[in-house]
Amino acid sequence: MQWLNDLVKNLVENVFGLNTQERLGGSIQFYIYDVIKIFILLSVLIFAVSYIQSFFPPERTKKILGHHKGFTANLFGALLGTITPFCSCSSIPLFIGFTSAGLPIGVTFSFLISSPLVDLASVILLASIFNWRIAFAYVLVGLVLATVSGTIISGLKLEKYVEPFVYGSAGAVDLEEKLTAANRINIAKDQVLFIIKKVWIYILIGVCIGAAIHNWIPESIISAVLGQDKWYSVVLATLVGVPMYADIFGTLPIAEALVGKGVGLGTALSFMMAVTALSLPSMILLSKVVKKKLLMIFVAIVTAGIVVIGNLFNTFGHLLY
Amino acid sequence: MNIKILGSGCANCKKLFEMTNNTVKEMGSDAVVEKVEDMQKIVSYGVMRTPAIVINEKVKSFGRIPKVEEIKKFIEEEK
Repeated sequence: MQWLNDLVKNLVENVFGLNTQERLGGSIQFYIYDVIKIFILLSVLIFAVSYIQSFFPPERTKKILGHHKGFTANLFGALLGTITPFCSCSSIPLFIGFTSAGLPIGVTFSFLISSPLVDLASVILLASIFNWRIAFAYVLVGLVLATVSGTIISGLKLEKYVEPFVYGSAGAVDLEEKLTAANRINIAKDQVLFIIKKVWIYILIGVCIGAAIHNWIPESIISAVLGQDKWYSVVLATLVGVPMYADIFGTLPIAEALVGKGVGLGTALSFMMAVTALSLPSMILLSKVVKKKLLMIFVAIVTAGIVVIGNLFNTFGHLLY
Repeated sequence: MNIKILGSGCANCKKLFEMTNNTVKEMGSDAVVEKVEDMQKIVSYGVMRTPAIVINEKVKSFGRIPKVEEIKKFIEEEK
């Protein structure tokens, strides 16, 4: 957004009286520009995507998934997870709804993994920050991770680790609501406001960290800790990201800044995936419907998958630029 | 008339509960509005996304916050 960049540059130089060629002025210009850019992109994307997603409610997904078996079911679970809207507060009723409708838990997990990981809006943002090939590769890889993880979980026959009450619940009821265009616009608008309220702080913090990395932290330090040649960089990035809770929109400026300083694409993506696919709040919610052992297996499989993917991107990522 | 707002305590669920209460008062209706937070109860209605509005045991809307006019329409429909 060159027009925005020029606008902010004017603001910083003429209103704040700072030289944008120098470090302080440059940082402030970058910060204001990046924050505004992300908020604009976020609003437009979330609105458009939520509108589209209102055509793919989980209730319909539940029906569709019921018609498939085995690996295909996991694949569809992963695919539908990316376009179905759902906020993490719905993860429990959703899990219960899918499971008591007879869907294997692996399929539900494929859905639950791909949902936060391959989020339509953030994929578009990824494309705008890196490029479409990378965004596409990220989607592909996220789907593979979700499908395979879910298949493994199904294969390990872990049904006995689901809390028994889950199986007794509803499932037989099929709800569908006719939505008008006005309804959909409202849903999309509400979703934009809801998400902005939830993530604005992470964006401010994320851009701040990104700006610090961009302007203040020398490449040598970053290279020493997360450099491409360091075998542990992906594992480190993943482990740091797993317990963190932040929206993917907040991690993107950090990932962008890190890659700018020579950190491997895979390392940066691992960090992003770890932050979004696994988070303490969603783990706490899930622990209400599955027993600890299943939860830990789930976390282990997804973490391992992210590390593998990160290393793949580090090794082959240059082909995507 | 019995109105149930299904939701497990997130901000949207609270909002819908308030909106519904206000709407009922505005309409001068004697409907009873209750909040259902128990997950098993919520799921027994087939609801997978909250908040949801249930009037006289019929699910009128789920997974979103309907506008006040819609809530009024739902109430009219179930009278």
